[in-house]
Amino acid sequence: MMRRLGVADIRAGLASGEFSAVELVEDRLAALEGAETLNAAVTLMPERALEAARAADRRRSAGEAALPLDGVPVAVKDLFCTEGVRTTASSAMLEDFVPPYESTVTANLVAAGAALAVKTNLDEFAMGSSTATSHFGPAVNPWKATGDPRPRAPGGSSGGSAALVAASVVPAALGTDTGGSIRQPAAFCGVVGLKPTYGRCSRWGIVAFASSLDQAGPLTRSVRDAAILLAAMAGHDPKDSTSAREAVPDFEAALGGGVRGLRVGVPREYRVDGMPDALDALWRKGARWLEEAGAEIVDISLPHTHYALPAYYIVAPAEASSNLARYDGVRYGLRAPAEVVEEQYARTRRAGFGAEVRRRVLIGTYVLSAGYYDAYYAKAQRVRRLIARDFEQAFGKVDAVLTPTAPTAAFPLGEKMDDPIAMYLNDVFTVPASLAGLPGVSVPAGLDGAGLPLGLQLIGRPFDEATVLRAAEALEAAAGFDAEPEFVR
Amino acid sequence: MALDRATVERIAALARIEIAEEEADALAAELGAILGWVETLNEVDTADVAPMTSVGGHSLPWRADEVNDGGYPDRILFNAPDAAGAFFAVPKVVE
Repeated sequence: MMRRLGVADIRAGLASGEFSAVELVEDRLAALEGAETLNAAVTLMPERALEAARAADRRRSAGEAALPLDGVPVAVKDLFCTEGVRTTASSAMLEDFVPPYESTVTANLVAAGAALAVKTNLDEFAMGSSTATSHFGPAVNPWKATGDPRPRAPGGSSGGSAALVAASVVPAALGTDTGGSIRQPAAFCGVVGLKPTYGRCSRWGIVAFASSLDQAGPLTRSVRDAAILLAAMAGHDPKDSTSAREAVPDFEAALGGGVRGLRVGVPREYRVDGMPDALDALWRKGARWLEEAGAEIVDISLPHTHYALPAYYIVAPAEASSNLARYDGVRYGLRAPAEVVEEQYARTRRAGFGAEVRRRVLIGTYVLSAGYYDAYYAKAQRVRRLIARDFEQAFGKVDAVLTPTAPTAAFPLGEKMDDPIAMYLNDVFTVPASLAGLPGVSVPAGLDGAGLPLGLQLIGRPFDEATVLRAAEALEAAAGFDAEPEFVR
Repeated sequence: MALDRATVERIAALARIEIAEEEADALAAELGAILGWVETLNEVDTADVAPMTSVGGHSLPWRADEVNDGGYPDRILFNAPDAAGAFFAVPKVVE
């Protein structure tokens, strides 16, 4: 039964000779083909995956030391450039773009032996919380509510990655998180999603959205597997000037230590009006679980929380409007021809960008334009500093912060599509840590009354993913989340 | 924050995005609603707060001013919608 194997299980199974990497990868490639209804895959990479698997098997039969991710099938958000394999950002603009280079993070995984098997669906240019703004149509959450046949959103923007891990098609996937794009889909799909500290993983070769916020991270079915993936992904990269030089600890070795004596903050500002009862109850239960495991629960205040989302919706679109200026129909990507080059730019960008991307580029252009820069962009950057300062002060008193990951469980596909602000509110609990550049992890902690998964988020100090993961492991153990989505039942 | 048509058209021109005549009003309402919402930031006193321009306070690294990459025009042009020789091709910009 290879379906449920996690990263650590695969390592053990290959070591004991229970199966070969090729057997495993062939089995998972078949599972991918059987998961078409999720619309989670943009491009399959069977040749690449099998080549990695054969190399892993060769190493084993030659008696060489195994690599940390030998033969592990990994799904890759279609925002990471993969050499020779088209990389679309789920946009018409890049529908036929084939990068002549490989992103640092995917190269790191390949060097660790991983079998990159599929590029996954996302919100166009990672802008969204539902994977419904994709040029290729929405990805589908493998979970359904009890007695309600409507397909649900997997969250976003890393929705395709989250859906494939939740459906046990692959043991692990790569996502990126700008304002919650790993953690929110992880919560919606009942998997673990880790956004590392800003700078922990290189951004080189990741299609840029908002460069002061973008960060790559893993989605897995266990905290241990997330630790293993992060160790392989992370590290300094001279090709990314914001890549951190901090040493990368052995995250897996940091697990198992428990939370005795750990101080965990519960921020009162996250208890918002209209929070579903099941979520509120789960959050309280999460605090109690950690307390029973020996942690000390501390009420804390993060006073500027309410302003994080509006600040984010100035900073992120501003950076997006600058980053997406490169799509001009000249060097790569779509071109909508015109007689005059100026007209060609405007026509190309109209044809290549979907409605949400155009909306954000327009907002970003406005807040950066002459006469409005100080009132909007500089103001948002000032508020961003206050949000970061709230966390700095809190981390004087506590070692980690516990919050819900998303304000609701997965909503039906198509909902919130005509109300941008309602969609933006999905990230109300994840955006503050993003603005502050802090590591955060979402752990599946329970089901709501309709049988849909809910996640709890742990936020830590900069570069202290080890503590975040250790606390997440305690939550995971107490929650004992082993429910499976309708898709696999 | 109410946006008028003319402002939307000006932003779209700055952003180099063609917009159809009939969508300008709808966009004005949509963008106006988002801008109105982000203006809640004006409730926050930031008089003595410097803008946060980077995360983590890392200073940007320096490197020698030397060419350390390049020399493969075929790869650079691989995805070009139009190319001529070792150049990107665009519509004529000089009369």
